[in-house]
Amino acid sequence: MSILLADISKNFGSFSALNHINLEIPEGELVALLGPSGCGKTTLLRIIAGLERADQGRVLLSGVDKTHQEVSARGIGFVFQHYALFRHMSVFENVAFGLRVKPRSTRPSNEAISKKVHALLELVQLDWLHDRYPDQLSGGQRQRIALARALAVEPSVLLLDEPFGALDASVRKDLRQWLRNLHHELNVTSIFVTHDQEEAMEVASQVVVLNHGRIEQQGSPSAIYDHPANAFVSRFIGQTNIFDLGEHDSDWLQAAGLLTPQKDGKIAHVRPHDIIIEKSRAEDNAPAMVKDWQHLGALIRLELVKNGSNSSAAHVFAEMPNDQFKELQLNRGDKVDLKIRQAHWFH
Amino acid sequence: MSRTSIMPGFRPTISFTLLYLSLVVLIPLSTLVFKSFQLSWEDYLNIITNKRVLSSFRVSFITALVAAGIASFFGFIVAWVLVRYAFIGKRFFHALIDFPFALPTAVAGIVLATIFQPSGFLGKFLMQTFGIQVAFKPLGIVMALIFISIPFIVRTVEPVLLEFESSMEEAGASLGATRWQVFTKIIFPNVFPALLTGFALAFARGVGEYGSVIFIAGNIPYISEIVPLLIVTKLEQFDIEGATAIALTMLVISFLLLLLINVLQYWVRKRSGQL
Repeated sequence: MSILLADISKNFGSFSALNHINLEIPEGELVALLGPSGCGKTTLLRIIAGLERADQGRVLLSGVDKTHQEVSARGIGFVFQHYALFRHMSVFENVAFGLRVKPRSTRPSNEAISKKVHALLELVQLDWLHDRYPDQLSGGQRQRIALARALAVEPSVLLLDEPFGALDASVRKDLRQWLRNLHHELNVTSIFVTHDQEEAMEVASQVVVLNHGRIEQQGSPSAIYDHPANAFVSRFIGQTNIFDLGEHDSDWLQAAGLLTPQKDGKIAHVRPHDIIIEKSRAEDNAPAMVKDWQHLGALIRLELVKNGSNSSAAHVFAEMPNDQFKELQLNRGDKVDLKIRQAHWFH
Repeated sequence: MSRTSIMPGFRPTISFTLLYLSLVVLIPLSTLVFKSFQLSWEDYLNIITNKRVLSSFRVSFITALVAAGIASFFGFIVAWVLVRYAFIGKRFFHALIDFPFALPTAVAGIVLATIFQPSGFLGKFLMQTFGIQVAFKPLGIVMALIFISIPFIVRTVEPVLLEFESSMEEAGASLGATRWQVFTKIIFPNVFPALLTGFALAFARGVGEYGSVIFIAGNIPYISEIVPLLIVTKLEQFDIEGATAIALTMLVISFLLLLLINVLQYWVRKRSGQL
């Protein structure tokens, strides 16, 4: 089901949580609403679900205006950040709940419910836990049960609020992959909220970046990474060096001929992997010096400073593959030449 | 257990607990048992199968159960309103709830008797419009006991309602449940164990209540005479054995009923995975 949000605004008192949001999500996408905490992403998700009312604007699901429809009538599946499993019901009854509360005319028979619940529990690979209670499950298991419960009513849209937020790192990694595969299998339009840009880039087919109640950019993960629309997106997605050529700490890059100001701005955003390093032969004229480095697995992150400078603000971060780093045989204090492959310019 | 636990103070605290239980609870209660053992079995049976005694048992336990039931219903609603809604005077209502705790029960009894007696302001109204007499009837006893026991219900249910996760309700609604289904299938089952606790407290209090009841009850033998009053009456006639026999019987019945409620509570919690 496609989702269309038209001019949605929401205020909490004098705080403007959402500011004229227009958003269209085509059918079958797996979309991440990404932004720092307090940017309005959860509120937006709750408005789509009908758990919250927008002050202004309309919500259309499959072209049908659902703005004033109750959450129970919208046919959405919602997965809560802290799972919100029914503590007094077994896992089986939790998943069966959505089927049991249907009006008698559309309610499946007990056998049909049982069959469906077991099928869903198999889908989330937890059928063996069907008679346990939520308190007896681990976080990752609860999350998968919550998902199975939401899927039981065959929602046309699946909404997930920080689905991995409360899980530890390794479980989170597994579940991300699993959610992607599941989405591939079911192909139900899904939106999840996250503040973790890595998670958004890894899982989603479309990323919507929000900040201060506005949409900063919408696009595929690669489009957002390669062509950030503004300084906020560039800073928020991935690592970035920010050089303000009007500032004392960065003007040496211009003096060294590494960056030339563009007409659309004076602030350059440079990805660490767009900085190429070579060992300098002209020791004293070299622009930069290796201060330190960190191993990030396959990549090495180098911390460079302006040659001869003690200012800690004059830092440049560069990244290169591990083998290349070994070939260069750099040591702390080595003088290096820099080349900047590309920069994004913003005001 | 005491050796492996990292919490210090097991010995002094358990000693204190045992000492306290012995001094305050066990020794007085066992005295009651020993005192009534001075009676022969036949004498004991004679005392408690006396018609007047039996009917006072009936009055006491039935009124206490009915009052605890009604108080549970209204107390739940009061707790619900206090937790769920914001309104003017909420703090005042909060304070008002605890009033029956603090008020000397005799004062409550006199006030209730005054307004519910046939010439009293509410008593007259009920008599004339509905033909219902409250005072000097078991109904009056129930009335007094509800007054006494509502705070027990409110104060046990309230914290559970307070910490109830509203996201569980939202989850229910998102799965298509109506408001009524959300209440009956999600909220109520989660609050029910606390409500049972409140019911047990209210019942226990109601069975033993004396001060607030005797004025409104009128203490008519076979109709509105409660067990505690009968015990006092026997004591005033220096029939100490008779008094202890009745007291012991009451103790045993109360204990069994509370045990039953506890078993029920255990069963509810177990069934709902809270154990």
